[in-house]
Amino acid sequence: MLSVKVHNLQLKNPVMTASGTFGYGEEFADFIDLNRLGGFVVKGTTGSHREGNPYPRMVETPSGMLNSVGLQNGGVEKFCSEVYHRIKHLDTNIIVNVSGSSIEEYCSVAEQIDALEKVPAIELNISCPNVKCGGMGFGTSPDMAAQVVAAVRKVYHKTLIVKLSPNVTSIAEIAKAVEGAGADSVSLINTLLGMAIDIERRRPFMANVTGGLSGPAVKPVAVRMVWQVAHAVKIPVVGLGGICTAEDAIEFLMAGATAIEVGTANFIDPAVTVKIIDGMEAWCKKHGVNDINEIIGII
Amino acid sequence: MKEIHDFRIIERTEPTANYVRLVLHHGGTMQPIAPGQFVEVRVDGVPEVMLRRPISIHDVDSDAGTLSLLIQVVGHGTRQMSTLKVGDKMNIVYPLGHGFSTDIAAGSQVLLVGGGAGIAPLLYLAKVLQTKGVRPTILLGGRTAALIPTRELFEPCGEVCLATDDGSLGHKGLVVEHPVFAQQWDMIYTCGPTPMMKAVARSAAERGIRCEVSLENMMACGVGACLCCVTDTDDGHRCVCKEGPVFDICTMHKWYENK
Repeated sequence: MLSVKVHNLQLKNPVMTASGTFGYGEEFADFIDLNRLGGFVVKGTTGSHREGNPYPRMVETPSGMLNSVGLQNGGVEKFCSEVYHRIKHLDTNIIVNVSGSSIEEYCSVAEQIDALEKVPAIELNISCPNVKCGGMGFGTSPDMAAQVVAAVRKVYHKTLIVKLSPNVTSIAEIAKAVEGAGADSVSLINTLLGMAIDIERRRPFMANVTGGLSGPAVKPVAVRMVWQVAHAVKIPVVGLGGICTAEDAIEFLMAGATAIEVGTANFIDPAVTVKIIDGMEAWCKKHGVNDINEIIGII
Repeated sequence: MKEIHDFRIIERTEPTANYVRLVLHHGGTMQPIAPGQFVEVRVDGVPEVMLRRPISIHDVDSDAGTLSLLIQVVGHGTRQMSTLKVGDKMNIVYPLGHGFSTDIAAGSQVLLVGGGAGIAPLLYLAKVLQTKGVRPTILLGGRTAALIPTRELFEPCGEVCLATDDGSLGHKGLVVEHPVFAQQWDMIYTCGPTPMMKAVARSAAERGIRCEVSLENMMACGVGACLCCVTDTDDGHRCVCKEGPVFDICTMHKWYENK
């Protein structure tokens, strides 16, 4: 009833988790059976170990939060040699989020992940600042986005999902550009750029000053962008941004998403993903929907 | 193992202004809890609050299946917690974090140094140390007598010494200026305002005394997944919610050397 397909990925249900919110899955093993998930996207992995930004890295905002973690991770070699072996036995789709500062770095990481038998897909994080272009996000221009996707496409042979930044004038344009460059799917939205000021200390809350907004506050923006992109491209769309309930997930599917990712909601309820899966099944039964694919993209 | 559970409030007291102490009853089989661990409390019905709030575990009675929280009201989330009544439910994720080491030889000379709301986790620690054959000295400080909540609960656990900035109770001055602090100890545990803990750590390091500090950073996931709550350690960034909140000062040289 709930199974969907994103390119070559067979998902037992549309529910996955968002990069940076679910660690490597193991952190949530006490709360849910990880094998129930349609998939999970592990933390952004870069060419070498990164320490990330100094603390403070987060602040709660109305119905959401800002984060500026700064891609702290142990690097691709550590992932391949250590973390991967701890999670490869799981009966779910393990997707590695790939981040980088240069096209070379993206390609190097993608190539190494390509060799991992139990990882069927990567999610390319093109919201990263391009250090060769003054820190402008790869995903902020259709040309740069297409360039990085085309380069990675040459070295990565499995399902290539490209995660889009919402901090652009036309996300549909970016989506079309990456589709043209060989992406098998697009996921959106990444976080919205935001800021918060501590008026008592008279300084920004986060050390990095600005950060990414996530949580329920972004949902209407995400739904709008999923809908726009779904009408602009033929490749499957993965939707995320403020999903907390089964009803939210269904809203994204109707807007055009084939699968969804749950992020910030995991912090409020570490077992929310399973509740969303069960809730979607209950909704389908209640509404006589025999196959969730019937409602995908109906808007 | 971690668990998400609806506890029921069976006792509620107000030790002093702006503090509330809640005793929570599990109702089933409570997970084993180590001193220094914390819980993440879900706050319902407050529009300004989305994320859970981390609160250290003040006391545990595993036979009775209860744990207590000592909550200082500082914002919207803790204010809502202070309005809960006996009989109300509280949904928490617990037990979280890496707690205090209790591998201490019986008869060791142990000092607990607490300041303000930081005295909370030291109560359960003191009780567990007693079961290991240690009678700790408990040095508690606050700006004034009224800001050392639940100090009477510590009296059965060891030798209680007090320090207040205004001299309203005990030694007048900072905890690190109290005569008992200068004695030779086998182990010092501390929890409280950061400048206090750094002063304790610096002195302990100078004197070659083993010391553990308990940190508090803003948290999102509480389980070591999101990497928002990191502190700088000599080994790089570590999550206060997972590798902490308790850290041995031998890995915190950079932290306590920085004012």
